[in-house]
Formats: sequence, C-alpha cells, structure tokens
Amino acid sequence: MPGTADNRGAAVRGTVHPTVAVLERHLSLYRRLWHASVLSSFVLPVLFLLSIGVGVGAYVGSVQGVGYLSWIVPGVLASTAFQIALGESTYSVLGDFKWVRSYHGMRATPVRPVDMVLGHQLYLIFRVEAAVAAFLVVVLFFGGLQSPWALATPLVCALLTVATSAPVVAFSASIDHDSYFALLFRFVLIPSTLFAGVFFPVEQLPGLVRPLAYVSPLWHGVELCRAATLGRSPAWPLVVHLGYLVAWAAAGLVLAVRAFHRRLED
Amino acid sequence: MAEHPLIFARGLVKRFGDFTAVGGIDLDVAPGEAFGFLGPNGAGKSSTMRMIGCVSTPTAGELRILGMDPVRDGAQIRARLGVCPQLDNLDPDLTVRENLTTYARYFGLSRAESRRRADELLEFVQLADRAGGKVEPLSGGMKRRLTIARAMVNDPDIVLLDEPTTGLDPQARHLLWERLFRLKQRGVTLVLTTHYMDEAEQLCDRLVVMDGGRIVAQGSPRALIESYSTPEVLELRFSDGLDSGAGYAAKLDGVGERVDPLPDRVLVYVNNGDVALSEVHRRGLTPSSALVRRSTLEDVFLHLTGRTLVD
Amino acid sequence: MMTTFVAARVSPGRVGAVVGRNVGALRSGPAYWLVLLSGFFEPLLYLLSIGLGVGVLVGNLAVGGRTMAYATFVAPAMLAVSAMSGALSETTFNFFFKLKYMKTFEAVLATPVRPIEIAFGELIWAVVRGSLYTAIFLVIMVVLGLTSAGWALVAFPATVLIGLAFGAAGMAISTMMRGWQDFDLLTTGQFALFLFSGTFSPVRDYPVGLELLVQVTPLYHAVELVRALCLGVVESALLGHVAYLVVMAVAGLWFAARRMERKLCV
Repeated sequence: MPGTADNRGAAVRGTVHPTVAVLERHLSLYRRLWHASVLSSFVLPVLFLLSIGVGVGAYVGSVQGVGYLSWIVPGVLASTAFQIALGESTYSVLGDFKWVRSYHGMRATPVRPVDMVLGHQLYLIFRVEAAVAAFLVVVLFFGGLQSPWALATPLVCALLTVATSAPVVAFSASIDHDSYFALLFRFVLIPSTLFAGVFFPVEQLPGLVRPLAYVSPLWHGVELCRAATLGRSPAWPLVVHLGYLVAWAAAGLVLAVRAFHRRLED
Repeated sequence: MAEHPLIFARGLVKRFGDFTAVGGIDLDVAPGEAFGFLGPNGAGKSSTMRMIGCVSTPTAGELRILGMDPVRDGAQIRARLGVCPQLDNLDPDLTVRENLTTYARYFGLSRAESRRRADELLEFVQLADRAGGKVEPLSGGMKRRLTIARAMVNDPDIVLLDEPTTGLDPQARHLLWERLFRLKQRGVTLVLTTHYMDEAEQLCDRLVVMDGGRIVAQGSPRALIESYSTPEVLELRFSDGLDSGAGYAAKLDGVGERVDPLPDRVLVYVNNGDVALSEVHRRGLTPSSALVRRSTLEDVFLHLTGRTLVD
Repeated sequence: MMTTFVAARVSPGRVGAVVGRNVGALRSGPAYWLVLLSGFFEPLLYLLSIGLGVGVLVGNLAVGGRTMAYATFVAPAMLAVSAMSGALSETTFNFFFKLKYMKTFEAVLATPVRPIEIAFGELIWAVVRGSLYTAIFLVIMVVLGLTSAGWALVAFPATVLIGLAFGAAGMAISTMMRGWQDFDLLTTGQFALFLFSGTFSPVRDYPVGLELLVQVTPLYHAVELVRALCLGVVESALLGHVAYLVVMAVAGLWFAARRMERKLCV
C-alpha cells in the first residue's frame, strides 16, 4: 500500500524503458481495437491487387519486362505501409493531445517527449509489419514475388513508415483543428498513392509533375520494394533512395519531438 | 530530509507573454504535510502546480522540488511525484485496471509489480469490482478516484491534486475526502489546489490564500480564521431590501467587529452570534432570516480581497 | 472518399467521440469548404492515374463490340463512383452523427416536421452535394474528350438518380448502425463495390460466381447506366438499371423514415 518503506525504492529503479512503456500502451489499445482496422490493413490491399493487378492486368501485357501483377505487387505493398503510417499519425495523435489528453498524462511521469514519439513509431512499425507480412504471404501464392530479396521489403517498409509518419506526427501535434486531415488525405495521401509509381511507371508522368513523385517518400519506398521483389537494381542508386528516406525520417523525428515539447510545455 | 523542505520556492514567477499568472511567491512544504492553495479561478494556483509538477518552466525565481532543479532534473523529480490533474486524462478504451498498469509501466515498474500495485490501489479507492470494466461508464467521482489511484501507482513522495473535487456531487466529494484523509494519515505529502473553503478546511494542515498571482495570507485554517475573522458570523437577510446592503450596514454599526454588506445579505462578524442577534432585535430591526454560523475560510478570503471565492 | 477512410482508420470507442466532434467541427472548421469543394478530386485523380496512367499500358479495350481507349472506359465508372461517394459521405457519416450525437432531429421533431420530411431534406442536401461533384466531373470529361457535351447532359440526370439511390440507402444503413465501429464495415463494403463493379475491367472478365454477385449490387447498375449514356449507347437494358436505382431510392427512403419514426418518436 502507499508508503511502505520496502517498495519505495523499487518504483524508481526502472525495469522498463519509457519508450517501451509507451509502445506497450499503444499495443494495449490495439488489443482492444484491432478489429476496427483488420479489414483496411489486411483485406483491402488484397482486394486492390485483385481488381487492378489481376483484373486490369489481364489487359496490360508486361511492364518493364515483367507481368503487371508482379510489377504492382511491390507498389501496393509500399502504399499499404504508407497509408497505415500516415493514417495512424493523424486523428489518434491529435486526439491524444486534445481530447484524451493521454500525452499530458504521460508528461506527468518520467516519460519524455522523445519516448512518446519513438514509442508511437515502434507501434506503427509493428502495425505495418503485420500488414506487410500478411500481404507477402498472400502474393506468394499468387506468384507475385520474383526474388528472395523480397525478404528485404519489411525493412524498406519500416524505413518508409518512419519517413512518412514522423513528419505527419509533427504536423498533427502542431495543429488545433482536425479538418486539416481531410486536406492531408486528399492532397497528399491520395495523389501520392496514385502517382508515385504504384500503378504505372513515373516516367509516364508529364515532365512537369514528375518531380512531385520524386519528392514523395512513397516513390522511393516503391522503387526499393520493387527492386527487392523483382531482384533487380532500383531506378536510382540504392544509397540515394535509402538516404532520402533516412533524411525524411530524421527530420520528421526532430520536428515531432520539438512539436511535442512545445505542445506539452504550457 | 527534515531540514530540507520537499518543495522550496523563493520569488517564483510565471508569465505568459504580458500576463503574469504567478507574481513572485515563496513556499515551503514539509514532508508529511497536507498543503493547500486556496483561491478563486485565475488566482495562479494551477500555474504554480504545473511548475511544481515540472511540466512548466518558471519564468523567474528559485524552485527546488525534492532538493532538485525541476528544469534540469524534471524526469527524476516526476518519477517521485503523483499527479491528479484537473482535467481527467484516463484512457477511455483501456480497462480500469489497464489504466493503472499502463501508467505504472511509465514509471518503469516491472509487470508483476504493476499488476500488484494496480490491484492494491483499486482496493484502496474502492473500484476493485470495476477492474475489468471500461472507464467510460464510470461516474465522475469514480473516475477521479481512479485518477488518484493512478497518481499513487509509483508510490510517490508528493501527490499533487489540482481541484480534486471540482464538479463532483456532495456524496462523491465526501468519499474522496475520506480517501485522501487516509493517504494523509499514512504520511503521504499532499499538495492541492481548491476554491472550496470546506475542502481546504477538511484536508489542509496549512494553506496559502492566493489572489491575482500573489499569496495574500498563509497559515493553518484555524490560524487564518483567527487572524482574519471573528469566531462567529451572523448572516442577516432583509425582505424589504430597498437598499439592503449599505443601508443596513449603517444601522448595524457597532453590533459586531465588522459589517460586510453583500448584494443579497449582510454579514456581521461577531464573537457571539446569539448576543449579537439580540442586539439587532433590540435596535428594532426585523431581518427576514438570521443565521449564526462559525467563521470559515470564505470569510477570510472575503476579508482579504473584498471578493467571494465562488461567484 | 474510400482511400481517405481507409487511411484515416479511426478506432471506435476512444475515437468515437473524437470522430463525432470531427464531423461537427468539420462544419465550422477552417477547411470545411475546401474539403467540400474538393470532393470531386479523388475520382478525378483515379481517372488520371488508372484511366490515363495505367491506360497507356492497357492501350485500347474492346467492350460490347466497340473499341475504346481505356480512359474512356474508366471515366464513366469514376463518374458513378463520384455520385455514390458524394451522396454517401453526407448520408452515412454526417447523418449518423446528427442522428446519434447532435440530437438535431429530436429538436426538429418537436416541431410539426415529420420523420419522412427530415429524411427528404437530408437526402436532397446529399444529392445536391453529390451532383455538384458529378457536374464538375462531367465538365472535365468533356474537356478531356472522354465524352461529348451532348451525352454529358444526358448522363447528368442519371448521376442525380444515382445520388438519390445511394443517399437513400446510406440513410437507411445509418439508422441501423450501432456505433462508429460499423463504419469500417461500411467503408470496406463501399471500397469493394468501387473495385469490383465493372469499374476497372469489364465484369465479363470476372469468374462466373463473382460476375453474378456483382450484377446484384447497386454500383454495377450505376456504372453500366452512365457508361452507356456517356458512350452514347441507348438501349432498353438501361431501363432495367434505372428501375433498380429507383426502387433502391424509394425503399431506402421509406425504410429510413420508418426507422427514424421508431427511434425518435417514442
């Protein structure tokens, strides 16, 4: 009970890192709410693949030397990661500041803003990897994987997750009104998904808008995933793609931690 | 530890832009004490609490919590604090018990220890039967008790309670006070803010009265009443009330030590209420109601600031 | 639209309240009008990405004895989807919120207004919103040469009918919703319709079982109707599609009004 002398020290001596404690909180919530996202995380990517990859693919001979299905599998894979990462960094982050105030609750404990941000990122990586693993198993049966390098896609997706999510978390922690999210989805998420090389090569885009695809972290994720599942080298040198994603991730994390500090200060 | 106060502040200031929320206050809170900040909304109580809770940086002045600097050692200090905020921030999608175990993990407690603490504390705040249920359906009083249990999960040296019973019905308040009194008996240091004088009188060994970001008086509830008020107060209401306040104040002059005309009634500060009431009748005044009561901190506050605590 | 919901995966209990506020806040939020006006944006992006982008890979398509560019095939489907989602977003998300949380209708019903009249009013607003999107979309189709101005004028009333049918059905579904968690099911269902209603490839390509199943679902009829009109094909089979949509509108409206009566007038 409160105040017994023997356990007074035990509470202070840490047996779990605060970042992990934050991850655990998200996992506890997920255990209660997983069913709400099971369709969108696991079923929709496969439906998408069937409709476009198989349905439309029947009319597309081959793209860049491979069948259309094999060509868009890595694209749908990366865009699934992208959508989960982006979607789970919006309402829930703002809500935890504004309505649930759980970050304020954490702030009263030894948990630091950096723990809050990193714990959330770890949770997102878990969410993305679960969806990626399920998707890979399904497409394996469809013969959508051409190379054992496909085993590297979960790593690419983890990097893409942080590169996408961290800047969005920084944004969500800085705004006060959730109607911006509708705009974020409409003007960032959907255009990226549709024009960043998921469904057709970006070389087909008019020269004016093509740089927009190159700016999107998703295109770099798609290129890396595609290189892996097809067992060939990506469009640009490997280090450039990786470096670009790392840069987004690093800048996003710095901004996110700063935004958390600012929001929780006064 | 004995010579070091748990909380030590000198000239503590908090400004938000041009607005000064806390305008230079001194504090000493000793171990085992129940210490209160009494004052109306906007007096600077919550800002002070947030600085003590190491979530808000002082603009100026000196502040030491548990002998440490809240700016440099914030995380270390927070590890030894329990905080019950004014706005509930329980996780509505976790169960009652998970709210405690999750929070315990933020303090680094092992899983087994977290579960043990959660069960003990649920027992203590009389929510053991709701352990597996959701937070959402709990009443306001239950949620507040759960928040207090959560604040206790790390076995803190100091528990900070910001307006612990605001918004609760009388029965829930009394139940909560009773639990807090138990904590006090166990030697837990309580620091609380309130704008209810009955709460301050019930719980606090010592308190400071704040107004406009400054401390206007401090001491035990009894000592404050003795210094700033009389033992009893006679409250008179007049039904003809044309100019009830000021007009009667003149007619009541000399009945007590002091007369305070309020819009709806007149307060007469006296040593003996019954004697004073006879004097009122003797002067030929016929109040529609007359009430003799003991002085409270409300009277202290009224005397110090010329305003009532709750409007 | 669909992808937006998929990404903005909202976890029920906790975010239920949050979402509730979203919808309410959306109306007053800084970006509300931008969100509202840009509603036609998503089908348009799909048209550009899949219709034009993937269309380059597909080349021409032979359907019903006619050969057409893939974009010409996809565009009417996106038009039908635009009519559907414009009406549904108003009669599911917003309508449910008003029904359940804002108690708007209870206040209205304290006046002489009858439930069927409320249902009508809501439906008209939804159809106006949906029709705004389809009108803009038709203009774009004409500009891109995907249909003629004359046939666009003929197709427009058909999109209004589609809006009525889906709007009414959306309202009927809303009255049966238990909570926000059911929206995952609804949006997944909506997304499945979007993918498999002869939208991206002709239904005759589907496996027989799926083909029969699709022919029972509403978006299929909507797509077939506007595709024929946009292509300038008028045949008696269109009456069947019209009849389906009319029945859907009337039944949905009747059902919604009855449920509202039972829910609100106790």
